[in-house]
Amino acid sequence: MAIEILMPALSPTMEEGTLAKWLVKEGDVIEAGMVIAEIETDKATMEFEAVDEGIMGKILIPEGTEGVKVNMPIAVLLDEGEDADTIPEPAAAPVAAPAPAPEAIPAQAAAPVEITTPQDPEIPEGTEMKPTTVREALRDAMAEEMRRDETVYLMGEEVAQYQGAYKVSQGLLDEFGEKRVIDTPITEHGFTGIAVGASFGGLKPIVEYMTFNFAMQAMDQIVNSAAKTLYMSGGQMGAHIVFRGANGAASRVGAQHSQDYAAWYAQIPGLKVVMPYSAADAKGLLKTAIRDPNPVIFLENEILYGQTFDVPVLDDYTIPFGVAKIWREGTDVTIVSFGIGMKYALEAADRLAQDGISAEVIDLRTLRPMDTATVIKSVMKTNRCVTVEEGWPVGSIGNHISAVLMQEAFDYLDAPVINCTGKDVPMPYAANLEKLALVTTDEVVQAVHQVTYR
Amino acid sequence: MAAKKPSKKSNVSKDELLKFYREMLLIRRFEEKAGQLYGMGLIGGFCHLYIGQEAVVVGLEATTKEGDNRLTSYRDHGHMLACGMDPKGVMAELTGREGGYSKGKGGSMHMFSKEAHFYGGHGIVGAQVPIGAGLAFADKYKGNDNVTFTYFGDGASNQGQVYETFNMASLWKLPVIFVIENNHYAMGTSLERGSSTPELYTRGQAFGIPGESVDGMDVLAVKAAGEKAVAHCRAGNGPYILEMVTYRYRGHSMSDPAKYRSREEVQKMRAEHDAIDHVRQILLQGKYASEDDLKAIDKEIKAVVNDSADFARESPEPDPSELWTDIYADAQPSDKTEK
Repeated sequence: MAIEILMPALSPTMEEGTLAKWLVKEGDVIEAGMVIAEIETDKATMEFEAVDEGIMGKILIPEGTEGVKVNMPIAVLLDEGEDADTIPEPAAAPVAAPAPAPEAIPAQAAAPVEITTPQDPEIPEGTEMKPTTVREALRDAMAEEMRRDETVYLMGEEVAQYQGAYKVSQGLLDEFGEKRVIDTPITEHGFTGIAVGASFGGLKPIVEYMTFNFAMQAMDQIVNSAAKTLYMSGGQMGAHIVFRGANGAASRVGAQHSQDYAAWYAQIPGLKVVMPYSAADAKGLLKTAIRDPNPVIFLENEILYGQTFDVPVLDDYTIPFGVAKIWREGTDVTIVSFGIGMKYALEAADRLAQDGISAEVIDLRTLRPMDTATVIKSVMKTNRCVTVEEGWPVGSIGNHISAVLMQEAFDYLDAPVINCTGKDVPMPYAANLEKLALVTTDEVVQAVHQVTYR
Repeated sequence: MAAKKPSKKSNVSKDELLKFYREMLLIRRFEEKAGQLYGMGLIGGFCHLYIGQEAVVVGLEATTKEGDNRLTSYRDHGHMLACGMDPKGVMAELTGREGGYSKGKGGSMHMFSKEAHFYGGHGIVGAQVPIGAGLAFADKYKGNDNVTFTYFGDGASNQGQVYETFNMASLWKLPVIFVIENNHYAMGTSLERGSSTPELYTRGQAFGIPGESVDGMDVLAVKAAGEKAVAHCRAGNGPYILEMVTYRYRGHSMSDPAKYRSREEVQKMRAEHDAIDHVRQILLQGKYASEDDLKAIDKEIKAVVNDSADFARESPEPDPSELWTDIYADAQPSDKTEK
């Protein structure tokens, strides 16, 4: 009986990959556990082992094919005596699927609402744009700043030889050497304290946490030592330091690896907090963070790492903190979000446009300082506001924005602000429950209908 | 720990003996004054006095050179005086006044001086240990031969981050001297009740860090051990542990009734092992100084301490606008709508 060999998922967030190399050919005898192919994900090249034994009957996907979807048949294994010619062709050949580029979604022809995207003031008109993943943009930002300033260095778990657990630091060890790209033991509390001390000593460390879940081990050094020393020393010494890494839910990694810390850190005076969505913002804001003389929490997202956006080709592209970005202009409602929440916000705005509702979508980009002025100005025009974030509802960023709007724009509000958030539960593992726990585009659309009374 | 004869280990000149006497006495008189001001309500919050432990920091400071760093826990007044910080600025910080080292915003536990390479003043037990290793990391990165003296107590020596730091300091050969000031009590818990192994100088063995136990009531022994540790670090051999066996005469903080030990135990240490008496005896027996000479020094120190107390009382409270300064190095408000 012929057995189909399927494209494997090699990480929690992998949806497709490249079949880099076949290590066997048709007719070869395959034993279970034998390495038969090399598969490249956006994070690494992995060896793929056969699970069953048999004879390689037919290779369905030639090596070098990009964009092979997880679970697609890539080869057929035969029992002895079976004939390769009897194998039916697979239903559809794989096609390379372009990564989603949210800003490129065209307005629906039938939609009664026009979608307009304002020109980014940080990017001169006519600038060449280059499609770049968030992962590459972050790496480029670090590399540029390390070239610019000898005192900038990177430390964290697996940042050097392994090239980054999520491949964000790929190539940095080769370029900058082990003095400036430093693998640490798995001791977040200790190496965070060492980095804070190094910053007091005049260096500008970038501390990578494999994920921000592990930074809880280091919370005392981040809050008590990094954030408060400038104040406690009467301005004599502070921490010029960046703490960065993946934050929030990835996919199916359960409660201890899926927390969004945006609201936690945003609460602390002395810290600056950045949470970019697009690759361009990731680059421009990380460069600014590395130059900032204060401790900066830089919250990335594993799901966004592999997504591609246009990044301006500029020698030195930096984005100031405390300036929100209006992704779409609108008149009926203001949707405020940041980080991966922008994905839901923009999807919702598209769907609402089809229903004739014009949504203005604001990406806060930095949570401390927070550009509430842009939000207030927008709400004075739209009179309604929905906030979107992945974190928990109690004491959320949405709560803060609601309070600010109540105090500063009460007379302009025609409906209570609705906060769309992750559910008030630890992240479940089961696929269906995880979906239920996360904020969804449907919920955002529904909330907008609620505040617009239509 | 005889208080009668000079230590054989160190060749110390008359001038240096007098300097030690003067510096230790300054710390003791300063702390006594701080205790008084606390009793008068001029100093608030927590206030941890260093009385009894003076020889540790004075002996080690004698081994430092320009550019070396030091940092410690919240029991930090003595360290600041020993590294040359102005008693007025320290006392005014204790009273929370504008003239304090942190403009009154840090208090007893959180004081710093960039100029003196004094990096705090840390209120969280053990938190200064990785920070000290980080300062050493920066020196190594910059390629100089400075060392960092990272002081912590017997209580902190049980903190997890201390061992994370030992591992990395040894792995990366950081020029840091871990000075464990073992005063026998982690607040109210005696060493024996809180530490599975009371020989704290051996705590680095698992990480390949050499360590030794030193009579921390003997300033000459402290200096001799310090010189050895400093030479080891400056030569690029990595970290070193010095366990300074010492004793604090006062409670953990001003509000500690110290019921966990007997009055006799404290009196015995004071009478038989006092660090200042030790140097005083050497000076007198060696005829390096007369009773009158020492009286003159006492008087001089008393005047310095009284001046610092006067300054700390007269210096105004910080301007209310100081509430909003020094939060960010670039003075950026946290929220565009605030203020």
